[in-house]
Amino acid sequence: MSFLKHHAKFETNVLLLMVGILVTVIIGGIVEIVPLFTIQETIENVQGIRPYSPLEQAGRDIYVREGCYVCHSQMIRPFRDEVERYGHYSLAAESMYDHPFQWGSKRIGPDLARVGGKYSNDWHVRHLANPRDVVPESIMPGYGFMHRALAYDDVEARMKVLRLVGVPYTEDDIANAKADLAAQAGDANTEALLQRYPKASIGKKDRTTDQVTEMDALVAYLQVLGTMVDFSTMKPEAIR
Amino acid sequence: MTQATMASGAAAATPYNDDVIRKFVLAATFWGIVGFLVGDFIAWQLAFPALNLDLQWTSFGRVRPVHTSAVIFAFGGNVLFGTSLFIVQRTCRASLWGGSALGNFIFWGWQATIVVAALGYVMGITQGKEYSEPEWYGDLMITVVWVAYLLAFVGTLYKRKEPHIYVANWFFLAMIITIAMLHLGNNLAIPIAIFGGTWWKSYEVYSGVQDAMTQWWYGHNAVGFFLTAGFLGIMYYFVPKRAERPVYSYRLSIVHFWALIFLYIWAGPHHLHYTALPDWAQTLGMTFSVMLWMPSWGGMINGLMTLSGAWDKLRTDPVMRFLVTSVAFYGMSTFEGPMMSIKAVNSLSHYTDWGIGHVHSGSLGWVAFVSFGALYYLVPVLWKRKQLYSMRLVSYHFWIATVGIVLYITAMWISGIMQGLMWRAYDSLGFLQYSFVETVAAMHPYYVIRAIGGVLFVAGGLIMAYNFYRTIKGDVRTEVPYEAPVAAAAR
Repeated sequence: MSFLKHHAKFETNVLLLMVGILVTVIIGGIVEIVPLFTIQETIENVQGIRPYSPLEQAGRDIYVREGCYVCHSQMIRPFRDEVERYGHYSLAAESMYDHPFQWGSKRIGPDLARVGGKYSNDWHVRHLANPRDVVPESIMPGYGFMHRALAYDDVEARMKVLRLVGVPYTEDDIANAKADLAAQAGDANTEALLQRYPKASIGKKDRTTDQVTEMDALVAYLQVLGTMVDFSTMKPEAIR
Repeated sequence: MTQATMASGAAAATPYNDDVIRKFVLAATFWGIVGFLVGDFIAWQLAFPALNLDLQWTSFGRVRPVHTSAVIFAFGGNVLFGTSLFIVQRTCRASLWGGSALGNFIFWGWQATIVVAALGYVMGITQGKEYSEPEWYGDLMITVVWVAYLLAFVGTLYKRKEPHIYVANWFFLAMIITIAMLHLGNNLAIPIAIFGGTWWKSYEVYSGVQDAMTQWWYGHNAVGFFLTAGFLGIMYYFVPKRAERPVYSYRLSIVHFWALIFLYIWAGPHHLHYTALPDWAQTLGMTFSVMLWMPSWGGMINGLMTLSGAWDKLRTDPVMRFLVTSVAFYGMSTFEGPMMSIKAVNSLSHYTDWGIGHVHSGSLGWVAFVSFGALYYLVPVLWKRKQLYSMRLVSYHFWIATVGIVLYITAMWISGIMQGLMWRAYDSLGFLQYSFVETVAAMHPYYVIRAIGGVLFVAGGLIMAYNFYRTIKGDVRTEVPYEAPVAAAAR
């Protein structure tokens, strides 16, 4: 162990010790992170993934704000039981526009990666307001306060920053953001909205009031989760 | 007490800056109790959801980051600042670089950051990334304080009168440098205010799979460097001091130091097994996590073997008991961790309470216990008291907290493994046997047991705070002292 004799150089020179530490700790991250940006197969080439509609993104911001990821994962693993319980295992492509990712690390509640379309809007609203009304054994907090109005004055600013970090919103998307948001949560003409955001869940969710509420936004987000890729027509080669 | 006289003897030669260390010790005690209390509150919420009060500010999702930030960054952070700046001055025989002004800036800057971050969480301001929740302005505050800390620490190392840099300082330095790298790398975000949006919200630069990898590169090494390397630095000073023995092996400390800091960084992907992260990254993460077992145990062996010839102190010195038990817990959780990082094991353990139990055997058993040991050592030294108010109370604290940890981790082992097995259980007809909510209901008794364990841990912290209060006041409790056993021949 003669190299240990040379260790005195590190022990007697602060700068050398600092450089030695930095070089030692930087390697692992470079090897594991950088290729994820450069290897193309990292994100599968599947059809259907689109940016979130303004209302869905507002719902997603609420999901983040309330720390839903603390109890719910959005990542189905490729196991028989998980695929039967939740649906097709999650693809990297399905969270490619998620800033930040919300895969989660703990299932105090069930996985939500494909919760979209599984329950009615009314069920979601009642469940969020008081989970034990519909699931007696649930230990989830009640979110009745989300019947309040959604603040969406800065929805364009949010979309512009998201575009800056890589979400492909067009000028058209941003110009129509407020109209799209209101249309998705109401009965207005939604043709243009659905062209921009196919499969968006249309219609008022929260029937306690006419104004757009946080509940509307969150349920619109939950209803689109996991529904963008059509697995009945997807070819397996696409995700190998 | 010998260590008290040694410390004051050295202080005569070099005027150490202890005023700021005293503040860190008090803040650590305060935030420790706050963090434990909040943790126990949310533990009760999982057993009895009515405790969420259906208010936005008190829901589990918002309060949980308050708990994790309070124990890791407020309690752990103040312990690290206090101990490292205490140790670096003594082992370098130099006073703090930057003096009281810089020391106080670090202290108050950190306390302000904690308060700003925690207030944000309860009001719903969060980045939504675990252990890295503060929004962009909180991240900037952390960065400023951290740079000041780096300057104070490195500046003191430069001023040193000892030719060699003591091993504890290698670990602290690795912690400071690596946490700076991780913090900057994981918190790249753009505030929406640049386009006229609200001032407190930002979006992460990365998304999806790249964000996941970056997050757990950060998250696992917050454990590896903040909660491990830093606290190994604490071990390398206080265990030898308290045992009055030299570190067991100098060679082992060199080998395990470099191996530990090199390998830890690679371990992040074990948080992402079987996810959409590419398999090559998962396999790398698992491989390095298993290898990490060895340098981790290198540290444990070096800590425990330092007691060679001084094991009798376990009977006579409850503070030593905290230090030694912490190293034993460190050994246990650094075996459990590599085991859980094996993909086959992880397929069962991931997403369950087993992970929560694992984290707490490390954080309560190792991080908190080694901190308690260090704090019990520091308080009489810093306030120039001959001894602690009561050694018996230290012993009560030790046993109450130990029983609390055992309740906690055994409850989580059972509920975690049980839930993992229930999720994958099939009935004889080939259907999933349990709905999700049935697995939630099955965990109720274990959530209650865990929360009771938490009550004991909080109670221990309160006993410690009382002991500190009386010690600082200058009181000494009338009690039967712990005496060294008399050798048979001498009787």
